[in-house]
Amino acid sequence: MSGADTVGRAAATPGQPQPYAELGLTSEEYARIGGVLGRRPTDAELAIYSVMWSEHCSYKSSRVHLRQFAESAPPSAALLAGIGQNAGVVDIGQGYAVTFKVESHNHPSYVEPFQGAATGIGGIVRDILAMGARPVAVMDSLRFGPADAPDTRRVLPGVVAGISFYGNCLGLPNIGGELAFDPCYRGNPLVNALCVGVMRHEDLKLAAARGTGNQVILFGSRTGPDGIGGASVLASATFGGSDAAKRPSVQVGDPFMEKLLIECCLDLYAGGLVTGIQDLGAAGVACATTELAAGGGSGMRVDLDVVPLRDPALGPAEILMSESQERMMAVVEPGDVDRFMDVCARWGVLATVIGEVTGTGRLEMTWRGEQVVDIPPASAADEGPVYQRPIQRPAGQDALLADDPAALPRPEGGPELRAALLSLLASPGLADTAWVTEQYDRHVRGNTVLAMGQDAGVIRIDEQTGLGIALATDGNGRFGLLDPYAGAQLALAEAYRNVAATGAVPLAVTNGLNFGSPEDPGVMWQFSEAVRGLADGCAALGVPVTGGNVSFYNQTDETPIHPTPVVGVLGVHADVTRRVPVGLRTEGAPIVLLGRTAAEFGGSAWAQVAHGHCGGRPPQVDLGAEQALAAVLTAAAADGLLEAAHDLSEGGLAIALAECCLDQGLGCQVALQGDLFTQLFSESAARAVVAVRPGSERAFAALAARHGVPVQELGVAGGDSLVVQGSFDIPVDELAAAHTGTLPGIFG
Amino acid sequence: MTARVGVITFPGSLDDADAARAVARAGAEPVPLWHGDRDLRGLAAVILPGGFSYGDYLRCGAIARFAPVMGELVPAARAGLPVLGICNGFQILCEAHLLPGALTRNAGLRFIDRVVRVRIEDTRTPWTADYAQDQEISVVLKSGEGAYVADPATLARLAAAGQVVARYAGANPNGSVGDIAGVRNEAGNVVGLMPHPEHAIDALTGPGTDGLGFFTSVLRAMVDQ
Repeated sequence: MSGADTVGRAAATPGQPQPYAELGLTSEEYARIGGVLGRRPTDAELAIYSVMWSEHCSYKSSRVHLRQFAESAPPSAALLAGIGQNAGVVDIGQGYAVTFKVESHNHPSYVEPFQGAATGIGGIVRDILAMGARPVAVMDSLRFGPADAPDTRRVLPGVVAGISFYGNCLGLPNIGGELAFDPCYRGNPLVNALCVGVMRHEDLKLAAARGTGNQVILFGSRTGPDGIGGASVLASATFGGSDAAKRPSVQVGDPFMEKLLIECCLDLYAGGLVTGIQDLGAAGVACATTELAAGGGSGMRVDLDVVPLRDPALGPAEILMSESQERMMAVVEPGDVDRFMDVCARWGVLATVIGEVTGTGRLEMTWRGEQVVDIPPASAADEGPVYQRPIQRPAGQDALLADDPAALPRPEGGPELRAALLSLLASPGLADTAWVTEQYDRHVRGNTVLAMGQDAGVIRIDEQTGLGIALATDGNGRFGLLDPYAGAQLALAEAYRNVAATGAVPLAVTNGLNFGSPEDPGVMWQFSEAVRGLADGCAALGVPVTGGNVSFYNQTDETPIHPTPVVGVLGVHADVTRRVPVGLRTEGAPIVLLGRTAAEFGGSAWAQVAHGHCGGRPPQVDLGAEQALAAVLTAAAADGLLEAAHDLSEGGLAIALAECCLDQGLGCQVALQGDLFTQLFSESAARAVVAVRPGSERAFAALAARHGVPVQELGVAGGDSLVVQGSFDIPVDELAAAHTGTLPGIFG
Repeated sequence: MTARVGVITFPGSLDDADAARAVARAGAEPVPLWHGDRDLRGLAAVILPGGFSYGDYLRCGAIARFAPVMGELVPAARAGLPVLGICNGFQILCEAHLLPGALTRNAGLRFIDRVVRVRIEDTRTPWTADYAQDQEISVVLKSGEGAYVADPATLARLAAAGQVVARYAGANPNGSVGDIAGVRNEAGNVVGLMPHPEHAIDALTGPGTDGLGFFTSVLRAMVDQ
């Protein structure tokens, strides 16, 4: 007699109280489980349903909205696998496919910044690995409270060190991302990580257990009592023990094991030894077994007694819910098991046959010889509750829009404009990020063509042909607050523009949707507007959403964060040697502004830095103009017409020009027409500044005219100062001092 | 016949593919060696690449030192085989006592990935012969435990014998004593280097081509033999 809550006992004791509420299930959801099973669930089954029907795993509040990504997706021949897989897969030509995805690790990173952020990297890398791809790069999109807030000094260094520790030890170059600060993230930082992987088309793997008699193998780290907040509830409720409370609820990462797991998996794939594979992330064995079985439309029998444990005291519910890191689950044909084990042994990876695929359509598990789980797997994996949460436009929204920054005092005259530029350049959100990014290995693997400080990260995929990819992530919570529909489209447009500025053709989109509580109707309005905006934007730009991640409950008490959709855009470079960097490099190269500038300061960096203001309308979205601009930038790069290109976003032309000068230490002289303040600091979208290769001026002007993109000749590169004629000049050294001093001054 | 240069992969090695690429770019044939190998297969030179062998557990390089392949490499190195350890490879060579001194946590205690200027101070080794004496090169430094330390007597001996192969030319990035970026053994065939020359072989993916000299040097040394 094991003392376990068996299927037989569950059937015999229908009235036994169970701690479903502590596990996060409503009484309706608990009753629904009873309906599915025709009896009360066992403790182990309750563990499975509680994690699989959690917001994190089931998307129960977001699913009705996220459908728009598929429904309004533009036709794309490039999409090989889409939403619902571990990550989307995109055809980039020459037989290569790329898979990429953003994932959030916000809450763990606040509780335990180092391990929270580290395991965030580990988790997204396994998602990519599970698609059959070799992970080739990571990016990180980070948002914190005010840079000088005491808690930011605790959280930021820990998060950065965790990403550095895990990503560097995996040998994955970090090729860029974002760093932003806003009071709304003070008690709820956002740590979103992106991973991208590469494979040949034929290497695509799916999370499906098929073929009766095929073996189910758990491999990687042992299973321990980490990351099981929910299971501790069960353990306490069942055994009355107090030890569980002392267990860490944030997982601890071992990147060395993950590196071995990566190489081991790639060898297994190369040997054709895997018919289905799933990574173990949130909800661990519970999630992997139910999703594999549901994905294959099969049944599965699992013996929990053979799961290798770090702590022999773990019960079945804890084994199922453990979020121990660096584990994978594979489905293997019986005749391949020996060779599978040989590959694992070569890499020193522990592998154990824990079960097999059956034809019963049931997921069955035993522990100490008794049956503790017997459920239809799809009921946990795919058929969870779906909620149409109440939606209500917040009462204060109109007042927010009416709070026009036009009323704010503006800098006038050369000295004030000069001071405004330097103050923006030195503000934490626009300052040089080297304090952070120098902690990341951007060179490993030897294929990094562009990385942090550039508009997008660029990775070479094929050394012979020069085929490569570009990736950018962008988001702006202030725009999201003012108008979540437009804010999502502006984030998409910026990432799209950034990718195009390097010369890449934008191809596909991933997203990390960071919002407050879905139980707040105002937050649900923000969410539904943002999703609608993003879906419409992707349709207009012709780039499909391939997958992503929703993170709700980002709030402190009753105050949600700004709606912060982080959008990642993937682009393709036919030849990475044609990439266009940010920095000016040739004296006399003409500098040209592309796009239209209007007085748009709602949610702008200037309004925030100069006045702590966030109100009015965000910049106008014109996706047709974005497409035309991108067409000019990519064609000009392919034809070799450009020396430098930089998108205009936060801080407008002033910050863009300063960054163009700072990259290589070369100045420029520009002459601006009209209102200088608007010209310098407006954040009108669909704009970029370029330096034309001397001799290519006419060809470039003709190209821009052909696409109907407005052109404004600003001046030329050269000298050792940024000169705005008739107004002010700033030596590049002074720009550099303002730009580089801020973060080291705060973080040491 | 092309010269064959081995590149060892330990569990956790990361820059092995980059070292192999640099060897090929220099015109030699890179040959993968596995940490469990007990045969150097007649290779003319061997590189220990960067990374986190065995997860840097215990101490950087402390476990790799006991890998089976090291049982072959140590006597071969003592007998004159050209060996280059880069970053983690340098740490392993120190732990294996093929090179003097040790690598410790950076001053500032943070990992640094930065392009640095390095001055080549000894061009008599098989790995540096293609450089000019005191030539300054741009290479990538990327490490968390790159601060070179040794006791004063060892430092004096290294200086007297000209065993400091490279020093940081600009600001000291990691607190290395005497700005030391790389050292060699007494015979000169074993060189350890904290910065990564294999990441400076192509202006497309690195700070230029200044690092290629390490790989062309050893190729020439082998051809001249």
